Amino acid sequence: MTWDPTQPILEIENLSITFFTRLRQIPAVMDFSCKVMAGEAMGLVGESGCGKSTVALAVMRDLGKNGKITGGRILFKGQDLTSMSDEELRRIRGSEIAMIYQEPMASLNPAMKIGAQLAEVPMIHRGMSRADAWALARQIVADVRLPDPDRMLNSYPHQLSGGQQQRIVIAMALMAKPALLILDEPTTALDVTVEAGIVALVKELGEKYGTSMLFISHNLGLVLDVCDRLCVMYSGEAVETGNVAEVFTEMRHPYTQALFRAIPLPGADKNARPLISIPGNFPLPHERPNGCNFGPRCDYFQPGCCDAGEIAMEPVPGSDRHATRCLKWQEIDWLAPPKAAHAREKLPPGEIVLKMDDLRKYYQVSSGAFGGGMTKVVKANETLSFEARKGETLAIVGESGCGKSTFAKVLMGLETATSGKIMLFDENVQSTPIQKRGADTVSKLQMVFQNPFDTLNPSMTVGRQIIRALEVFQFGKSDAERHARMLELLDLVKLPRAFAERMPRQLSGGQKQRVGIARAFAGGAKVVVADEPVSALDVSVQAAVTDLLMDIQRENGTTLLFISHDLSIVRYLSDRVMVMYLGHVVEMGTTAQVFAPPYHPYTEALLSAVPIADPTVTRKHIVLEGAIPSAMNPPPGCPFQTRCRWKSQVAGGLCEREMPPVVSLDGGHQIKCHLTAEQFASMEPVIRIAAE
Amino acid sequence: MQDLSWLQIILKSAIAFAPVWIALALTFALSIRYRRRLGLYGKLFDSTVGMIGFAIVMFWIFTALFADLIITHDPLVQLSGMKNKLPGTAIANAAEGVYPWYLLGGDNLARDVFSRMVMGAREVLKIAPAATVFAFMVGITLGLPAGYFAGKFDTILSFIANLVLAFPVILLFYLLVTPEIVETGIPIWFAAALFLFPVIFFTVLFNSRFHMLPARRNLYVGLTLLIGLWAWAGLAFNKDPTGLFSMSPNMLNVFVSVVFVNSPGVFRIVRGLVMDIKARDYVAAGQTRGEGPWYIMLWEILPNARGPLIVDFCLRIGYTTILLGTLGFFGLGVSPESPDWGSTIDDGRRLLAIFPHAALVPAIALMSLVLGLNLLADGLREESLKD
Amino acid sequence: MFAFILRRSGVMLLTVLALTFIVFWLTNLPPNLEKLAKSEASVRMTDAEVASWLDRNGYGSSTLNRYGQWLGVVPGWTREEDGRFTGRCISGTATSLDDAPTRCGILQGAWGYSTVFKQPVADVIKRSLSMTSWLMLWVMIVMVPTALILGVLSGMREGSWTDRILSGFAIITTATPEYVSGVIFIVIFASATVGISPVLTELGWIEGKTLFQGTATAAMDKITFWNFALPVMTIALYGIGYIARMTRASMTEVMSQQYIRTARLKGVSFRQVVMKHALRNALIAPFTVIMLQFPWLLNGVVIVETLFNYKGFGWTLVQAAGNNDIPLLLGCSVVAVVVVLITQLISDIGYVFLNPRIRLS
Ligand SMILES: Nc1ncnc2c1ncn2[C@@H]1O[C@H](COP(=O)(O)OP(=O)(O)O)[C@@H](O)[C@H]1O
Ligand code: SF4
Ligand code: SF4
Ligand SMILES: [Mg+2]
Repeated sequence: MTWDPTQPILEIENLSITFFTRLRQIPAVMDFSCKVMAGEAMGLVGESGCGKSTVALAVMRDLGKNGKITGGRILFKGQDLTSMSDEELRRIRGSEIAMIYQEPMASLNPAMKIGAQLAEVPMIHRGMSRADAWALARQIVADVRLPDPDRMLNSYPHQLSGGQQQRIVIAMALMAKPALLILDEPTTALDVTVEAGIVALVKELGEKYGTSMLFISHNLGLVLDVCDRLCVMYSGEAVETGNVAEVFTEMRHPYTQALFRAIPLPGADKNARPLISIPGNFPLPHERPNGCNFGPRCDYFQPGCCDAGEIAMEPVPGSDRHATRCLKWQEIDWLAPPKAAHAREKLPPGEIVLKMDDLRKYYQVSSGAFGGGMTKVVKANETLSFEARKGETLAIVGESGCGKSTFAKVLMGLETATSGKIMLFDENVQSTPIQKRGADTVSKLQMVFQNPFDTLNPSMTVGRQIIRALEVFQFGKSDAERHARMLELLDLVKLPRAFAERMPRQLSGGQKQRVGIARAFAGGAKVVVADEPVSALDVSVQAAVTDLLMDIQRENGTTLLFISHDLSIVRYLSDRVMVMYLGHVVEMGTTAQVFAPPYHPYTEALLSAVPIADPTVTRKHIVLEGAIPSAMNPPPGCPFQTRCRWKSQVAGGLCEREMPPVVSLDGGHQIKCHLTAEQFASMEPVIRIAAE
Repeated sequence: MQDLSWLQIILKSAIAFAPVWIALALTFALSIRYRRRLGLYGKLFDSTVGMIGFAIVMFWIFTALFADLIITHDPLVQLSGMKNKLPGTAIANAAEGVYPWYLLGGDNLARDVFSRMVMGAREVLKIAPAATVFAFMVGITLGLPAGYFAGKFDTILSFIANLVLAFPVILLFYLLVTPEIVETGIPIWFAAALFLFPVIFFTVLFNSRFHMLPARRNLYVGLTLLIGLWAWAGLAFNKDPTGLFSMSPNMLNVFVSVVFVNSPGVFRIVRGLVMDIKARDYVAAGQTRGEGPWYIMLWEILPNARGPLIVDFCLRIGYTTILLGTLGFFGLGVSPESPDWGSTIDDGRRLLAIFPHAALVPAIALMSLVLGLNLLADGLREESLKD
Repeated sequence: MFAFILRRSGVMLLTVLALTFIVFWLTNLPPNLEKLAKSEASVRMTDAEVASWLDRNGYGSSTLNRYGQWLGVVPGWTREEDGRFTGRCISGTATSLDDAPTRCGILQGAWGYSTVFKQPVADVIKRSLSMTSWLMLWVMIVMVPTALILGVLSGMREGSWTDRILSGFAIITTATPEYVSGVIFIVIFASATVGISPVLTELGWIEGKTLFQGTATAAMDKITFWNFALPVMTIALYGIGYIARMTRASMTEVMSQQYIRTARLKGVSFRQVVMKHALRNALIAPFTVIMLQFPWLLNGVVIVETLFNYKGFGWTLVQAAGNNDIPLLLGCSVVAVVVVLITQLISDIGYVFLNPRIRLS
């Protein structure tokens, strides 16, 4: 194989892909082109369903039975992949091109040892002997910085944590030192601190082995971290492509611009500089409009021009291979500030509506493999104390397993607390399970759930589900009254009234989430627990749903407990923040206090792990080693001591022995840490925004 | 009259089945026309396998319905000279108005095999679907709380279910379906317990839904109790004054035994489905709304478990048909005269090597019905998994 | 692992006790005992005579007590009449109780005396079990590999022609219970008047009247292909369809898993994907199914042994049940239940063994 390394390693030309289903043909990708040079990392961003994965799988030529490449070419090192035979493909797969996907657990064979799965690659492609292959596997496992490689090789996938599994998947992809690595949302299923570790690893290995990368993500911040170039996709087409820095600062497509305006960057503020959501919905592949796909949602749409016919990619002159698929890019004033930014007034917090005092929740679990054996105590929540005021947004931040959901369950009354007090208005509901709470109490305290695909009962109409909530809350005297109220609620969440008759499956994710919100507010909720309400939604929809939640809160003076792992959105919308780690509240204060030094060491790491899609922001990189300890075996002393980089600064190994006290700093800012006031004062900010 | 050739037999049989063909044609024409509005049932017509299965099942259902129109002879009457006659044999000196052939021959008691097969369909379809429905009522009513609450209740119920499942079915039948058992009155009490489940099911169903609207609750629950207990008294104790609901002791025994062996299977499936579905957010949403556990089980969980349950329902009717055949094959429970397929196979097998038609006809009939049900289940499974 | 087996065995023991008690209770209902009395003593007994006969023969005590006796945990009944003793553990009469054991139930190996075969139950069961184990052995040899191969072949490329044909075959066999397939087999292969045998005889290709034998009575002495193939195929056929369908479902599911895609995209050839990556995962489910098939196989055994007149366990069971032979029926039930439970235990252990996710957690 002769291939000139100055030529693109991967060149996709006018690729079109269609899925043939029984009902219809789905043109998932249309006229997609992009070029990846040797050693380059190309980012592919866009909302879910825009065809990113389809492109990746087309490169692997693994579109399944019903997927067909209907046009275009995919050149890898100058050879056309679309016309290769199965045998030729097999030789390239795994050795020249490797792929990593989102769910690490699902990508590993549960019944095979890690070592065997890794060693297989060089055994197939290079005819290596078993022993050599295992030795190589051991070396690569060490390369992806996994502890104790020998034990790793001899374990089964389920014995590893999610982050470790993803490192193994990366190791597997690197076993044959491929020229091109395709990563399809490799960190979406992982926690932020773990994600930060993986991203750092990918970048480092990419440089070390000189591998080119096709990095697929919906997270613009991540792409900025990892990639040199990017390609923005919308509804099956590339709409803008170019150098990352250039596209981020001088975007030339209205969709890209809208995306950036919809994500909460540092500096956005729910009152002064609210986000601007993209109106309307993403078109389904078979319902695309004429002309520009983005037309119906575009602020600059011009009838007769934008909807006339196919639009081609047009290079932006004087740039580094920057191109856009917009007819009006030269006319648009890219520097004009967004017009829709109507600032709102900040509401003063009202009286205390919810107060928790020294709340604990312990679970008894049996630890034996088959049900028997001894029982252990899992301390899901420890000494939780806080208060929330009317109209306030209190964010609860932490990674999976830190006790956020347990806290929500206890508050809702689905579980009863082990000890402590929960005062809702003037009523102690600590040991009252939800069944015993009055309809009034129940309707005052409601919840919005995370997964839009799960939050509505799939076999009941939208209207029926809202009416049911009204019935349970004993609202209204007749069916007619409840029906009328249901329609009002739909208005409230800005859904057409016709949706009352729809089944949930006919709604998009964002619409379902709106129905969930309407249902929660059916009984005039005063306190709403929102468990990651937007984390499963696309960026453009996220902003709209967040906005809606804020609006309703503002009107009703609702107290919002916003559970999230996404610090960007927390910074944007919360008044106060509570950071949790392993069941403990490690830091609490106003948003400004928590996001600026002094930090709790965990908060500091968390902040540094969150990717920010703004090239003007510089961020300190603090990579946390190791995984979150299991709540069943918490470390002695400070819960964070196994991963803390400040630990060495505390004298006498105190962190390993004693649970730190809660230190109150000025302004009610609380930190649970042994560090001294001087040490706190010496902390530097994690994020710096370069002066304009 | 002359004996018929094979072609003539097929032709004449097809003519005898005329009412079934008409009904089938109508069903298919209407269903295919309106299939987009008929939900899962409509989608069935997108799957070849499902359509074939449905056609076979409907063929037998219509046969059972129109059996009186289809039969050519009284299935119990013996005509002299027709003993063990081959298919298509003409009846010697047939009286006026009597169909002049035994289309599929005569059995060893000189009865018409064709008519017995047709009537057999009615026997089988009288019991199998009904017994399956009852088994589902029992399995659902117990499986829902077992899966939802888990814990001790589940442990005990699962133990009992496994107990029944560990029993070889045939042994259970030999123990349960005997005249001695009927004498003790045990089946009646058994029936009383099993038949109570539908009443409990619907009472709880309506109560959990409407408990905050007392007027409506009282209406629905009252109606359920009235009709339910009436049928219950009639079916289990034969104490229905109007005689609308009644069952002969033998039939009751067979029915109860079949329900009994089927219920644990349904229980296990329902329990598994509930354990899966109860982790969904909409269940949590119901809980945070303060809904009672039964509302959540019956209105939030059960409707979303319907796909796999419908598929299992079809398979289970087939299984029940096989079980009933087994009972007939061993001459258990049913009256010796009965034209049901199992007993007919049992009758015919003595002379199997010489006159196979008497056993072969009901055997193929039974096989085709079960095959139809299995194909239907496959089609439904395939379609319910799509989109 | 050990604790697990221990716990399972405990549950199993409890199950055996519960099931045998149910069987004992059902076979010892008053009408059964009355029938027994009449058949043992005289058909024209009055109700009072029946009651006294039952009382004299140890049936007077409570069901639970008699169950205890039968198990061998409660002392057997004894009765003294004019200085002569009769009792559960005494054959005939004896002059003193000293020689006789106090307890004699199945725990002591006393399974009772069959009223139909006029032989000790243990002997009858032993003989019939050995007959049936040959049958089962051949059924397993035919059924398991065939079913697994069919299932894997059709599941590895879902929707292909191989898949469609094999699935069609499997679904037909699951719709064919043993009493139907048995009848069809006999008609086709073992009838002197219809099927293929008359044709073959005419052509002079076979010596006897029929190709296969329609009864398996001869197989009790010597098993040959010609006398044993039909009964074995009859039982195996239903199971083949069922297990093949399971395997196919399991295989198609595994083939659509992400890790299979990973393997494919690693460049593993299709053969190796199936053999190395899919097979082990895909066989977990069918393995449990095969083992849990035993209660149903027993059904098949009963039907086939009756149909082919093979005097094995199933045939014996039918005889015992049909003739109200209570000790034999009880004995058969114990054996049946224990066999079923042991297979369940094997299935559990095997599942744990095949599935590393459970084994090591
Ligand atoms: N196997 C398939 N059959 C039918 N449609 C598919 C299939 N795979 C993907 N699609 C459709 O193709 C479009 C692009 O999907 P995908 O590439 O997964 O998007 P992304 O990775 O950007 O989220 C979607 O509308 C999706 O519904
Ligand atoms: S072509 Fe028109 S509609 Fe499309 S993005 Fe450009 S301005 Fe908007
Ligand atoms: S107490 Fe010690 S280990 Fe814990 S966060 Fe503070 S410095 Fe780190
Ligand atoms: Mg994707």
